[in-house]
Amino acid sequence: MSSVIVKFLLKRLAPASVLLCLGCGGLGADPLHVAVATNFKPAAERIAALYREQFGNDVQIVGGSSGALYAQIVQGAPYDLFLSADQARPKQLEHEGFACPNSRFAYAVGQLLLWSHNAEFDPDATLESVLIAGSFRFLAIANPELAPYGLAAEQTLQSLDLWERLQDRVVMGQNIGQTYALVASGNAELGLVALSQLQQPGRRASGRAWAVPQSLHKPILQDAVLLKRACEKPEAKAFLAFLRRPDAGAEIRAFGYGRN
Amino acid sequence: MPDLGPLWVSLQLAFVTTLVLLLLGTPLAWWLACTRSRVKPLVEAVTALPLVLPPTVMGFYLLVFMAPNSWLGGLWIEVTGDTLTFSFTGLVVASLFYSLPFMVQPLQSAFESLGRAPLEAAASLRAGPFDAFWTVAVPQSIRGYLTASVLTFAHTIGEFGVVLMVGGNIPGKTRVIAIDIYEQVETLNYGKAHLLSAGLLLFSFAVLVFVYMVNRRAGFRTG
Repeated sequence: MSSVIVKFLLKRLAPASVLLCLGCGGLGADPLHVAVATNFKPAAERIAALYREQFGNDVQIVGGSSGALYAQIVQGAPYDLFLSADQARPKQLEHEGFACPNSRFAYAVGQLLLWSHNAEFDPDATLESVLIAGSFRFLAIANPELAPYGLAAEQTLQSLDLWERLQDRVVMGQNIGQTYALVASGNAELGLVALSQLQQPGRRASGRAWAVPQSLHKPILQDAVLLKRACEKPEAKAFLAFLRRPDAGAEIRAFGYGRN
Repeated sequence: MPDLGPLWVSLQLAFVTTLVLLLLGTPLAWWLACTRSRVKPLVEAVTALPLVLPPTVMGFYLLVFMAPNSWLGGLWIEVTGDTLTFSFTGLVVASLFYSLPFMVQPLQSAFESLGRAPLEAAASLRAGPFDAFWTVAVPQSIRGYLTASVLTFAHTIGEFGVVLMVGGNIPGKTRVIAIDIYEQVETLNYGKAHLLSAGLLLFSFAVLVFVYMVNRRAGFRTG
C-alpha cells in the first residue's frame, strides 16, 4: 500500500523537482553564507539584495548574537563572512586563526540613543535633564558584559557621573533588541537603545529621543571579517569589497549607523 | 569560584514558587480530578500550555501584561507602590505560570488514582468533605506531592526565557543561575560556564533519579 503511494509520488513529483532544480541552478549552486549580528540584520538583508542585483550571487544571511555566532564559527560553522556587533570577537577570530589576515574592518559605527516610548513623558524637560535629575523609575540598558551598546551605555552613565547613583534603577536586557522591548512595552520609561532600532526605512517609531554625544563613550565600532574557508573565495571577497563602497555606506547610514 | 549570588536567587525563587504552587495547585488539581464539568478540557489545556509554549512567548506576554501601563501592572503599583516587572515578586508571579503544570499534573493523577472509594468511606464515617480531603486524600497522595514539589522546584531552578524577559537581570534581585550561565557563554568564559552547567546538569539528573525511585517504590507497593 505505502509503496504504491511512494511510486505515485515519485512519478508525479520527479519532473517537478527537475524543473525546480533548473530554476535554482541559474543562481549558482552554493550561496554565500554571511553570519550577521542581530542588530545589523535588517541592513544586511538590504545590502545582500543590492549585492545580488549587481553580482548575481545569492547570499544567505544567518542572524544571531555575536557571541553565539563566534562560538558557532569556532566549532566549524559553514559561514564565509562574519559581520559582528563589536570588534572584540572578529579580532579574536583573527588571532585564533579562524579569520583571514588583513580582512577585518569597521563596516558600521553605532549611535546610542536615550529613548522614551511615551512622547508625553515629562514634556517640559529635555530627556538629557530627566536622565541627570533621575526623575524616572527605570532606565533600561543592554548588558555591558554582552552588548557593545550596553558597554557604551555604561560609559555614558559614568561620564555623566550617574553610574553609581543609578545602580538600583538600571535594568538590563541581554542584548539591544531585548532592551528595546523593555522600553517599548512601557516597563522602563527610559532606555539607552540604538538609533538603528528606531530609524529604519519604512518604519516609524514613536516617543522622544536624545542622541547621546559620541564624546560620552568610546565609539561603537562593528567589524566585519572574512572567515577561513572563504579566504580564496572570490564571491566572498567581492561582498566584503562591496561593503566598503560608498553606495553600501549610504544604505548603512539609512539604517541608522555611522561610517568610519 | 563563580559568584554564588545568582544561585541563591534561583534557590529562593524555586522555594517560594513551590510553596505558593502547593497552595494554589492543590485545589485546582483536586477540582480537575473530581469534576465532570464540560469546561474541564479547557482548564486542563490552559494548565498544560506552559509545557508546549516557548518560554519567550510567555515572557513576552508577561512583560506586556505586567507593565506599569497595563491593568495588572498598574493595579500592582497602586497597591504596593512597586513595579511588578524587574522585581523578585514579579519573577515569582512569572514562575507560578511557568511551573504550573509541573505541580498540577502529578497531583491530579495522584488524586485520580485514589478513586472515590476511600472518600466515600470517610463520608460514611461522617467526615466532612474538607476533613476527608485533609485526613484521607492528602496522606494517600503523599508521593504525588513529593513528585510535584521536586519537579516544580527543579523546573523553576532551570528557568531562563521567562526571567530573561521580565527580570531585567539585576544582580542579587533578578539575576538567576540560568541567565548567569548564558552570560558566561556569551562572554566566552567557557570555564565558568562549564562549572555552572555541570552543576545544573548533575542537580537535574539527581532530581529525576529521585522522582523515578519514588515512583518505582510506589509501583512495587501497589503492584
